[in-house]
Amino acid sequence: MSSPFAAWARRGWVAAGRGLALFGGSLLAVLLAVTLALAVVSVAWVVLVPPTVMAVRRLANRARRLADAWAGVHIPAPYLPQPLNGGPKRFWRRWTWIVRDPATWRDLLWLLVDPIIGAFLAGLPAAVIAYGLFGLAQPIVWQPIVDAGGSNWYGMIHVDSQPAAWLAAVLGAGVVLLGLAIGPASLLLHAQFTRSLLAPTPAVLAQRVRHLTETRADAVDAQAAELRRIERDLHDGAQAGLVAVGMTLSAAEQLLADDPQAVRTLLGEAREASTKALNELRDLVRGIHPPVLADRGLGDAVRALALDSQLTVQVSVDVPGRLPPAVESAAYFAVSEVLVNAAKHSGAEQVWLDLRHHDVALRIRVTDNGRGAAEIGHGTGLHGIQRRLATFDGTLALTSPPGGPTTVTMEVPCALSSPKTTLSSETE
Amino acid sequence: MRIVLAEDHALLRDGMTRLLQAHGFTVIAAVDNGTDLLQALTERRPDVAVVDVRLPPSFTDEGLQAALAARRQIPGLPVLVLSQYVEQLYARELLADGAGGIGYLLKDRVSSTDEFLDAVRRVAAGGTAMDPAVISRLLARNAKGKPLARLTQREHDVLALMAEGRSNAAIAQGLIIGEGAVGKHIANIFAKLDLPPSDSDNRRVRAVLTYLNR
Repeated sequence: MSSPFAAWARRGWVAAGRGLALFGGSLLAVLLAVTLALAVVSVAWVVLVPPTVMAVRRLANRARRLADAWAGVHIPAPYLPQPLNGGPKRFWRRWTWIVRDPATWRDLLWLLVDPIIGAFLAGLPAAVIAYGLFGLAQPIVWQPIVDAGGSNWYGMIHVDSQPAAWLAAVLGAGVVLLGLAIGPASLLLHAQFTRSLLAPTPAVLAQRVRHLTETRADAVDAQAAELRRIERDLHDGAQAGLVAVGMTLSAAEQLLADDPQAVRTLLGEAREASTKALNELRDLVRGIHPPVLADRGLGDAVRALALDSQLTVQVSVDVPGRLPPAVESAAYFAVSEVLVNAAKHSGAEQVWLDLRHHDVALRIRVTDNGRGAAEIGHGTGLHGIQRRLATFDGTLALTSPPGGPTTVTMEVPCALSSPKTTLSSETE
Repeated sequence: MRIVLAEDHALLRDGMTRLLQAHGFTVIAAVDNGTDLLQALTERRPDVAVVDVRLPPSFTDEGLQAALAARRQIPGLPVLVLSQYVEQLYARELLADGAGGIGYLLKDRVSSTDEFLDAVRRVAAGGTAMDPAVISRLLARNAKGKPLARLTQREHDVLALMAEGRSNAAIAQGLIIGEGAVGKHIANIFAKLDLPPSDSDNRRVRAVLTYLNR
């Protein structure tokens, strides 16, 4: 057996095996379709449907993943971002999120069609190979079959003698080769079929493009404004301070011979001015990228914020590892702003800050015991945070009934790097 | 007095070595990274270490971590930490073991030579040297608390200097008042904050910092 042939045969064989696995997936789809149908007609449909739909999504995501891994057909997930978990109306928010998403309905269509078309495409090569193997086995199995009184046909050959059985074996070998040959093609066809139903529709993509364009413009604007602020701060602060130091020093230089006492005073002034310039630089850097955040990551940086806050802030952090730097920074400044807001407007004395990364998102919840009735008005701090978080597909939700308490919940989808466990709770 | 110095910026390292040697200190090791620092601290056991927070290879809080690790091995090993920034969080971590011999100063304080050398000596003697910036932020945070509001302005000033780790004599000199007056102010402060009175400078500082750090 030449090695190119071996490789070809192995490819066909592996493809047929994968097809069989996909066929199994289609059986799962049948099971889920039945479950969903039962859930819909049951009395408890309100409670049962969302988890079933989520199970369908998991199965669909598996199909997307396998299409990519086995046939190289990339299928992006089309679902709308999940709403925040908190709040009293969370159950209904979840329902609307599921029902409003066109991808949910396309998933259901896929669920119905996949057990027929998908299962056929996926199972075909394995079935053909199995039939070929049955042909190859004819020289051994024909006699027992005929003895048992069976009418033994293989293809169009009536196998009732040893020569006929050998002929059937030759045909069987051909059928096995055919099965191996159609394996990869059938896998590709299956993946394309999956894509036709499970890929995002142009409408969804257009919506996503709109969202990205908007948030990108926000991000670029915010960055430009930030650079302008830094430039202005440097110009009015440290830069001016250093010019003053230089001028004071040159004045001191001229007086050196005549008036040592005045020189002493001037040198003192110069040192004071340099200290002031350093302080301004320090504040500026703190506003750009806080040193604790760089050193320790979001957990300790938020603890440091809590220590600096006028309010009593109880912090609990469960973030095993470091977040992407951009997310860390955005989350840090968001928390900082929320704490400043609480100190300024809420009249609160105590704040509870909960920071955790779970599944694929960072969730920050800030609750204060203030007077409540806060709003996300245009131009307010919260609105600004909302816009900045949107750049990362993050969200901010506010519940603030009159009389309090006020809870700000922020969520940013992101992955963790370098897992290490830091789990602690303390009062600052 | 034997000193280990950790500073990655060569100019600053040389400058500080010269400064310390000119004032009668012996710099037994001047290192530029966290690994060497930890080794120098644990093997050579200096009378005091002067340490920059941010050191290679990670350029994060390597110096602080090395100092804390060394103090876990050798409790009370005197360490004066210098930084471009002061963080309450780091101050709290340094003070956490309650063993004394801790300094935490902004790097630019080095330019006031006398005060810097005084801080080095104080830390070496097991005392405390907290940066005024740390203390002022601690006081600001506690300003809303009622007990602190009961202090007079002068008591407030005395409290700030005491929290930095200064002796009665130094406080008296700083505020241009008599040492007796300082003692009286301190007694009043302890009464108003409901802290147990203490003769030892160190225990006194720790009590105040613990109070402010609540």
